[in-house]
Amino acid sequence: MADATTTLDLADRTREADHPHSPVVRFGADKPLRLDAGVDFAPLQIAYQTYGTLNAERSNAVLICHALTGDQHVVNTHPVTGKPGWWETMVGPGLPIDTERYFIICPNVVGGCMGSSGPASTNPATRLPWGLDFPVITVRDMVRAQAMLLDYLGIDSLFAAAGGSMGGMQVLQWAASYPQRVFAALPIAAATRHSAQNIAFHEVGRQAVMADPDWRGGRYFAHGTNPRRGLAVARMGAHITYLSDAALHRKFGRRFQNRDNPTFSFDADFQVESYLRHQGITFVERFDANSYLYLTRAMDYFDLAGDYDGVVANGFRDTPTRFCVISFTSDWLFPTAESRAIVHALNAAGARVSFAEITTDKGHDAFLLDEPELFAIVRGFLDGAARSRGLRA
Amino acid sequence: MLSRVKYDLTMAEAARGAGGARIDLLVVAAMVDHGARVLDVGCGDGELLRLLESRGVDGRGIELSREGVNECVAKGLAVVQGDADTDLAAYPNDAFDYVILSQTLQATRQPRVVLEHMLRISRRAIVSFPNFGHWNIRLQILLGGQMPRTRNLPYAWYETPNIHFCSIKDFRALCFAVGAKMDQAVALNAWGRQMRLKMPWWFWNLFGEQAVFLLSRRA
Repeated sequence: MADATTTLDLADRTREADHPHSPVVRFGADKPLRLDAGVDFAPLQIAYQTYGTLNAERSNAVLICHALTGDQHVVNTHPVTGKPGWWETMVGPGLPIDTERYFIICPNVVGGCMGSSGPASTNPATRLPWGLDFPVITVRDMVRAQAMLLDYLGIDSLFAAAGGSMGGMQVLQWAASYPQRVFAALPIAAATRHSAQNIAFHEVGRQAVMADPDWRGGRYFAHGTNPRRGLAVARMGAHITYLSDAALHRKFGRRFQNRDNPTFSFDADFQVESYLRHQGITFVERFDANSYLYLTRAMDYFDLAGDYDGVVANGFRDTPTRFCVISFTSDWLFPTAESRAIVHALNAAGARVSFAEITTDKGHDAFLLDEPELFAIVRGFLDGAARSRGLRA
Repeated sequence: MLSRVKYDLTMAEAARGAGGARIDLLVVAAMVDHGARVLDVGCGDGELLRLLESRGVDGRGIELSREGVNECVAKGLAVVQGDADTDLAAYPNDAFDYVILSQTLQATRQPRVVLEHMLRISRRAIVSFPNFGHWNIRLQILLGGQMPRTRNLPYAWYETPNIHFCSIKDFRALCFAVGAKMDQAVALNAWGRQMRLKMPWWFWNLFGEQAVFLLSRRA
């Protein structure tokens, strides 16, 4: 791995964790976040972005839940990377999640590193970053924190909650935990539980981070280091799981990178190697290594059935929420079978559910990409729900 | 596969009523009470579900073809991609007021199992199907010596998704076999018009091109 150069020093990174380029809300010791780990966490900070306007009835709010390596910067320029938001294909004026019609809220998840409390945030007791002293969090904890944010914003009920991958897990948790607060739920490329294979991939990623000597037992801030190589390797491995064999072959094949012949060395001869290295290097610029450990762990622990006597359907009994479940044919990380299991549980619970599988070779990441069929379905589902909710067009 | 059958019926310029809706779907819709919860199995492009929802019915659908499902969901209908033969098992008892199988029975692998599931999921079931006892079909086999092809069933035998044809008489026998009560039966003639005359079953079986049955579970 080439030496990763980063445009940011550590002070900059902790600055984004404590004082982000987003509005924040802080909850003190009087309003702790009750964590599944049995900790009352306080003080809690949640950073979030909003787009569009809340209507007078406060009935048009859409919560967007971001994925593992996403953040709250859905459709604005990212303050760290300078790149466009991660869901600019889906969210915006006239787009399926229409900022001219809906009020969109996207919080950074608890444990994230873009301004919501997480391992890179400063522990007020020590005035040092939390590191591994930060309590282990779950998807349900993320959702509880989001509910606190909505309370603070005065939004009793969401028109919709939408998200892909880990975001889809949060959407399902929202519908299970707060059925009266979610009118329409849109879990994309999600599952009711993290599979053994997915836990295994995450463990490889975490081990790569922890094997980097610069990780320093999680105290890299104190040592002025950053486990860049470990986190980059974790990202490279994970990135493969977000794509598909067909997509990789279509994009790169066996083509060489800036050369006509193999160098008979371990340079990045192949385009696909060069691409992965680039993915790894750019990721470490914006993402905190410990945060990666915490968020992957939260996904691993996710198992809705576990909260409802082993039966997912029990979590959705008599739910008033309407669902639209979407999967992608080439997604082998959250395959269609997982979405179908969600649908079967919702059917068993008598929920109003739509389910579509979209044909694409782009793998798990298809939910972030230009997929016209996905847009048509999301738009149709939200339009139908908006009519039922009496939202003006 | 299920949907292709229905698309064909749509494209075959099936007889349409004053509002532009297919007569066979209007017959089905007329059997459903206002405000009922309905599952349409093999709902195609969602034409029946739309008709039902316009009449205050809470409709859900299952459709095998991806294009059909995506079209339905984009219309705001609650439709899931699934297979009548395998996915009805996931629905609990008495989840709906009606389960509808419109122009789909003949494309299922196990019509009897499907019908039994329908009457488990709901007390009432509505089944519409092309009548293979129709005189035109009988004549094609008798005189032509070939597998019949009609306006509504245009496939050659080697590429048809319709693998379990039955006549009205056959279907009645299946109803007896699964213990279903026949509450209502309507036959449509070759022009898609309802045959209103009180005729004996053999007449329907010979001249009805399509049949619509309202069944209920014996208590």
